[in-house]
Amino acid sequence: MLTINDLRASIEGKEILKGINLEIKPGEVHAIMGPNGSGKSTLASVLAGREEYEVTGGSVQFEGKDLLDMAPEDRAAEGIFLAFQYPVEIPGVTTINFLKTAVNEIRKHKGQDPLDAAQFLKMVREKAKLVNMNDSLLKRSLNEGFSGGEKKRNEIFQMAVLEPRLAILDETDSGLDIDALRIVSEGVNKLRSPERATIVVTHYQRLLDYIVPDYVHVLYQGRIVKSGPKELALELEEKGYDWIKAEVEHAL
Amino acid sequence: MSTETIDLKTRLVTDFYAREEVMNGEAQSDFHQTKRRALGIFEERGFPTPRHEEWKYSNVRDMISHQYQFNGEHAVTEEVIDALKIANLSGNIIYIINGRYEASLSTLVSPPDQLTIQPLYEAIRENPELATTYFGQLAKSESDAFTALNTAFAHDGVFIQVPAGKVVEQPIILRFISDARTENVGSNPRNLFVVGRNAQVKMAESYRTIGSERSLTNTVTEIFVAEGANVEYYKVQNEAEKAYHVGTTHVNIRDNSHFYSATVTLNGGFIRNNLTIELDGQHCEAFMYGLYFPDEKQHIDNHTLADHRQPNSYSSELYKGVLRDRSTGVFNGKIFVRQDAQKTNAYQSCKNVVLSPDATMNTKPQLEIYADDVKCSHGTTTGQLDEEALFYMRSRGISKTEAMTLLMYAFCEDVISQIKIDAIREHLEGVITEKLAKK
Repeated sequence: MLTINDLRASIEGKEILKGINLEIKPGEVHAIMGPNGSGKSTLASVLAGREEYEVTGGSVQFEGKDLLDMAPEDRAAEGIFLAFQYPVEIPGVTTINFLKTAVNEIRKHKGQDPLDAAQFLKMVREKAKLVNMNDSLLKRSLNEGFSGGEKKRNEIFQMAVLEPRLAILDETDSGLDIDALRIVSEGVNKLRSPERATIVVTHYQRLLDYIVPDYVHVLYQGRIVKSGPKELALELEEKGYDWIKAEVEHAL
Repeated sequence: MSTETIDLKTRLVTDFYAREEVMNGEAQSDFHQTKRRALGIFEERGFPTPRHEEWKYSNVRDMISHQYQFNGEHAVTEEVIDALKIANLSGNIIYIINGRYEASLSTLVSPPDQLTIQPLYEAIRENPELATTYFGQLAKSESDAFTALNTAFAHDGVFIQVPAGKVVEQPIILRFISDARTENVGSNPRNLFVVGRNAQVKMAESYRTIGSERSLTNTVTEIFVAEGANVEYYKVQNEAEKAYHVGTTHVNIRDNSHFYSATVTLNGGFIRNNLTIELDGQHCEAFMYGLYFPDEKQHIDNHTLADHRQPNSYSSELYKGVLRDRSTGVFNGKIFVRQDAQKTNAYQSCKNVVLSPDATMNTKPQLEIYADDVKCSHGTTTGQLDEEALFYMRSRGISKTEAMTLLMYAFCEDVISQIKIDAIREHLEGVITEKLAKK
C-alpha cells in the first residue's frame, strides 16, 4: 500500500529525514516511536503534503502512485488521512459544513455525485456515535474553544467520516487524560479493517496499550534505527531511548 | 492645485449663488444662513489634499477632476427599482435617487405615531427649529470640507423622528441610488435622525450605482440618540467601479442608550467613510463593526472616532478587511477619552487579510486619553490567510481554492452576522459569495 524509499526531507535548509525506508501493507498498524526531535512528526507531515518541508530525495508510492507529486487535497482524496497533533481552530466554519465540503470534494475527485443533506446527516450521526461525539459540537466552529480531548476526538470523528485507506495519527495521545485516550483509541480500533492501514506516531508506549501495533519502528536522527514486533514498545517504555542512542552511536 | 480642481469647486460655488437668487424670502431663514456659512467654509478651504493629515492616504484628485450633474434628474422607474430590490426585505423603504427623495417610489409601513419620515427640507419648513436645534449640530462644517459642501447644499435627504418610548417594529431602509446611466451625477444627501428617549429603531443606508458613468455621493447623516434609546444603524455600500463616495455619520448618544453600527463596503471605486460617535452620557454603549472588501483598483477608507465625554461609557469596535488585486484600504480609528470620562471602557480591533502583493492596507489606531481611570485597548493585524488552517482543510480533501473561500467567508461573516435585519444580512452574504467566486 505504502512504500517509502530512502525519503529525505528538510525544512529551512536543515535536513530532518535522512533516508527513511518503510513498507506498509493493508490491514497493518505501524507504530513510529522515537525521542523528541527525531523526525516523527516531520514524517507524518511530509506524507500528508505539508508544504513547508522540502523533499530532497527518495520516493513514496501509495497504491502504486507517486504520493510526493500530489497536492495535499489529492492525497486526501486518494485515501491518506492525517490526525493532527495540534488540530487547527477555524472560527466561523462549522465542523459540519467543513466536513460536508470535504466529503463532497473527495466524492467529486472520485467521480461520485455529492451526498445530499439528508444522506450526509445520517452518515455523520452514525460516525459521531463511534467516538461519542456530541452533536452540539458539530454545529460549532471547527475546534474553536474545544478542549484538548474534544479536538482529538474530532480528529478521529473526521477520520471515521472520510474513511481513509491510510490513517496517520500524529501524537494523538499528547495532552489526553486516560478517559479521553480510551475513547479516542476505541474509535481508532473500530475503524481497523483488513483494507485499512494505520501509522501511529507517538512518543510514549501508553497509547499502544490501546491501539496494539503489528510493528514498532524507532526513529532517531531522521532514520529508522530499529524495527520489531509490538514488544519493542514495552522495551522502550522500560529502558527509555538511551540504549537505542548508544547503539546508534556505537554503530557509527 | 490643478485647474480641474478649481473647476468643480468654482462650479459648485456658482451653483449655490444661482440657487440663492431664486429663493425669495427663504434666504433669510436660519436653515439657509447655516448653509451660507458652510459654503463660505467650503469656498475658503476647497477640497482636501493628501497634505491634510486626515486625507493622507485618500487622494480625491481624480474624484474632483470630473464634472457631475447635481440637479437630481434621473430616469429611474418602478421597473428599475424592481431590479434592485433586496429579496425578502420588508419595512419602510425610502428611495433617494441622485439625491432626490422619491416619495412615489417609497413605501412607508410603520404607523405615524411610531415614526415620522419625510424629506429634510420639508421637515425644516414645517418645523424651522430643527435648523437650530439639530441640523449641523453634530457634523460641523468647520471640521471637514466635504461636510461643509454637503451642508451648503443640504436639501433632500431624509428626516426621521422616533418619538419617546416608541418601538419601531419595521426597519427603515434608505436606498440611495446614483443613476449614472447617461452622465456623471453628483449628490449631497443630508439625513437627520432624531430618536427619542427609550425609543427603539433599526435603520440601514444602502448605496448603489447604476450605469457606467461616474457618480459622486457626498452624504452626511446626523443621529441624535436620547437617553435610554436603542438604535441599530447599518451602512451598506455596493457601488460601481466609477463611484466616488464620501460619507459622514456623526452620532450623539446619551445616558443608558445603546448604539450598534455596522458599515459594510463591498464595492465602489473610491470610498471614504467617517463615523464619529460621541458617547455623551453615562452608562451608554456604542458598537462599531466594519467590513471592507475591495478588489481591482478600489479604494476604501474608514475613519472612526469614539469620543468618550462622560464617565462610565463603553465602546467596542471591530473592523475587518479583505484586500485583493491592486486595491487599497485605510483604517484610521481613534479612541478619545476626555478628562471627565472616568471609568471608560473602550476597545478597538482592526484585522486585515491582504491576498495580493499589489494590495495595500494602511492602519492607524489612535488613543488619546485625558482621564486616568480607564480601560482601553487597541490592536491591528494585517496578514495573509492562516496557512495552517489552509493546510488543515486541504489535508481533508478540500481544494486550495475552496479552502480559501471558506476561510474568507468565515472572516467576513464575523462582521456580517452582526447585522440584525435578516434580509440585508442574507443579501450581503450573497454578494460576498459572488465576490469570492470571482477568482
